[in-house]
Amino acid sequence: MAVRTTELVIIGAGPAGICAALEAASHGVKTTLVDRGEELGGQLIKQTHKFFGWHKKSAGTRGVLIAKKLAEEVLNNENITLLNSTEALGYYDDGTLLVETPRGIDRVLGDRLIVATGASERMLLFPGNDLPGVYGAGAVQTLMNVHGVRPGDSVLMIGSGNIGLIVSYQLLQAGVRVAAVVEAMPTIGGYAVHASKIRRLGVPIMTRHTIKEAYGKEQVEGAVIWELDENWNGIPGTEKDLEVDVVCLAIGLTPLAELLWQCGAEMAYIPELGGFVPLYDETMETTRKGVFVAGDVAGIEEASTAMAAGRMAGLSAARSLGKVSDLDYSRLRNEIAGELEGLRSGPASAKILSGIAKMRAMLQSVKEAAAVSEAEPANQPANQPADQPANRPAKQAASEPAKEGDLAEAGARDSEAQGNNGSKSEEAVGA
Amino acid sequence: MSTLVTTGVPSAQDIAGVTPPEERRARGPYATIECFQPIPCDPCHHSCRFGAIQEFEDINDIPKMDWSKCTGCALCVAACPGLAIFVVDETYSETECLIAMPYEFVPLPEKGQPVKLTDRAGIVVADGIVQRVVAGRKPAGTPVVWVSAPKRLATVVRGFILRKEG
Amino acid sequence: METGRSSCKTRIEDHPILDFPARKEVTFTWEGQELRGYEGEPIAAALHAAGIKVLHTSHKSKRPRGFFCAIGNCSSCLVVVNGVPNVRACTEKLREGMRVQRQEGTGPAPRSRE
Ligand SMILES: Cc1cc2nc3c(=O)[nH]c(=O)nc-3n(C[C@H](O)[C@H](O)[C@H](O)COP(=O)(O)OP(=O)(O)OC[C@H]3O[C@@H](n4cnc5c(N)ncnc54)[C@H](O)[C@@H]3O)c2cc1C
Ligand code: SF4
Ligand code: SF4
Ligand code: FES
Repeated sequence: MAVRTTELVIIGAGPAGICAALEAASHGVKTTLVDRGEELGGQLIKQTHKFFGWHKKSAGTRGVLIAKKLAEEVLNNENITLLNSTEALGYYDDGTLLVETPRGIDRVLGDRLIVATGASERMLLFPGNDLPGVYGAGAVQTLMNVHGVRPGDSVLMIGSGNIGLIVSYQLLQAGVRVAAVVEAMPTIGGYAVHASKIRRLGVPIMTRHTIKEAYGKEQVEGAVIWELDENWNGIPGTEKDLEVDVVCLAIGLTPLAELLWQCGAEMAYIPELGGFVPLYDETMETTRKGVFVAGDVAGIEEASTAMAAGRMAGLSAARSLGKVSDLDYSRLRNEIAGELEGLRSGPASAKILSGIAKMRAMLQSVKEAAAVSEAEPANQPANQPADQPANRPAKQAASEPAKEGDLAEAGARDSEAQGNNGSKSEEAVGA
Repeated sequence: MSTLVTTGVPSAQDIAGVTPPEERRARGPYATIECFQPIPCDPCHHSCRFGAIQEFEDINDIPKMDWSKCTGCALCVAACPGLAIFVVDETYSETECLIAMPYEFVPLPEKGQPVKLTDRAGIVVADGIVQRVVAGRKPAGTPVVWVSAPKRLATVVRGFILRKEG
Repeated sequence: METGRSSCKTRIEDHPILDFPARKEVTFTWEGQELRGYEGEPIAAALHAAGIKVLHTSHKSKRPRGFFCAIGNCSSCLVVVNGVPNVRACTEKLREGMRVQRQEGTGPAPRSRE
């Protein structure tokens, strides 16, 4: 087992992790960047569309090209060591990170850790959801935009958030038919411009509709959708049978926070942020000292905010290693904080902001409790719903409870009513 | 609730709000920005060399046109990541108008090619002809295709489909 | 046509944004049947391109399973490669001459592969 020592370890080379690495490295911090994928860029390597945001940042640039540019900067930076195709398995009290490389298990010893592992996709319960042909939106994107393979001939998209809308558009670009986008909520979840774009191409977007079942002998041969009433129950008689060979799930993301659970950072269930998230302060540090977070793992947001938050985490880590002068620190910190604030100033960010406020309040009470009983260090996850075991096993992120009134919940009720035969979340996720 | 958020198709009222007055429409090509929600995005403003898309005070502002400055150059059409901008020229001919649309599909049509014109719901409404193709550099650019359409459909046509070969 | 491209319609030949460079074709077997795919692509991509979606059967209910996440998260795509079970088809790279088989049941935990 090889041992590598470094000043800062960053897990995840998506926009958050890369920007954290570049920021830290710019202050002379020896940084090791770990990603289980081969290519650098996280979600960005699958995004063929042009991003929103500030013109002077990367707005109007396609995700794949942002990834390329960031990757080049990483590869040309001598303070950054890249460990790609390497999965982080666990982080231990002595500061050891266990990683699985293509050659075997290694140890990485770092003084600081930034977790930027992104998110995983939510599963929806419905009969037939385990059939081959039922794919997550990320899988569809990986298959078609990274590997150049069409997922099928005709797709039913579940969920009209930005991901569902954008992946529908990408499917059309790859020459795949999109039979419909169904959305349980009364209104479209994503931005109207994305919705209008696929609507113009003739894809119906059906609000207050969900999937009733996917069927097929060995793989998806069709799917039945139906309308929902005010109580999220399917309305008998409204069923429509669609001839599709792929059902694509785009019902939301949830932070991929296994490593944070495992290393004992305080976690809390905050629906506005996408599920269980670590408690962290303005510097992006968690309750586990020296462990920072950034990006979707800290709350599901956007690449633009992930990049800014990544820089903040990188700056804080560099600062705590004594590499940044007071003057530089306050200047950079204000600059990044201002950028984040600007990005989050619109109505679309109201949810995120209220989630962060909630999280900060919890962090405050945890800190106060810790100050009161110093003898009893706070190592229990804060504010857990009663039915959550204190130490949840890793690899459960995908079966996170869905937020209220959410598509996932509507779907879960459907399948409860009809008996849930062999749900994927039960077998596949707990592996 | 606007049909925009229930079906993805903007309402007649939405469209009226982004269409210039009659006299401006009669004067030459103009951009129409079908971007109705406050989203954190501003490249349209920066893409216009003529200052026709007003400066944003806040990144979430809804773009506002100054049609007196718009030349109909369609640079903004290719720049908008939401593919929400179109240029319409109702002075093209007695009976026809020209409409510039972003088109990120293969194959790109060729000049002179007949197409089926579609509305904002993707429904075929008329026949048209491709008049100009500005290819845009792959992979960064967005091609812009200009089609001629019946003049009465100047505010209706917002897409096209290539006729299937064979 | 260009060399090194299979003619299967599930392969994207022409894309408005992306280019998929021609790669080296290799031969492998699926359940004894000879197939072709590109060297270095995930086994699951090569199988999918050949129209094969069922990769294993669940051990409880013997229901067919394909891939789901495509990034090594969910273990829904386990196959047997050259006799070794529990290989994730979505991340394992295709090599010349690989013998790939459908996996029955889940077998031991994925990490036991060496
Ligand atoms: C379809 C779609 C469209 C989007 N469109 C936009 C858009 O237009 N504009 C915008 O701003 N945002 C957009 N986003 C959101 C944006 O992509 C994400 O918010 C952003 O990528 C989050 O960055 P991240 O670095 O936190 O996570 P990710 O990009 O998910 O990166 C996380 C990385 O961590 C790695 N990783 C995870 N676990 C481990 C482990 N245990 N060991 C090693 N490595 C690990 C993963 O391999 C991955 O590379 C879109 C997302 C999707 C899915
Ligand atoms: S068409 Fe040209 S002049 Fe008019 S708003 Fe667009 S970029 Fe500006
Ligand atoms: S660039 Fe396009 S999507 Fe962005 S604000 Fe302008 S019109 Fe809207
Ligand atoms: S498809 Fe999820 S691990 Fe392979």
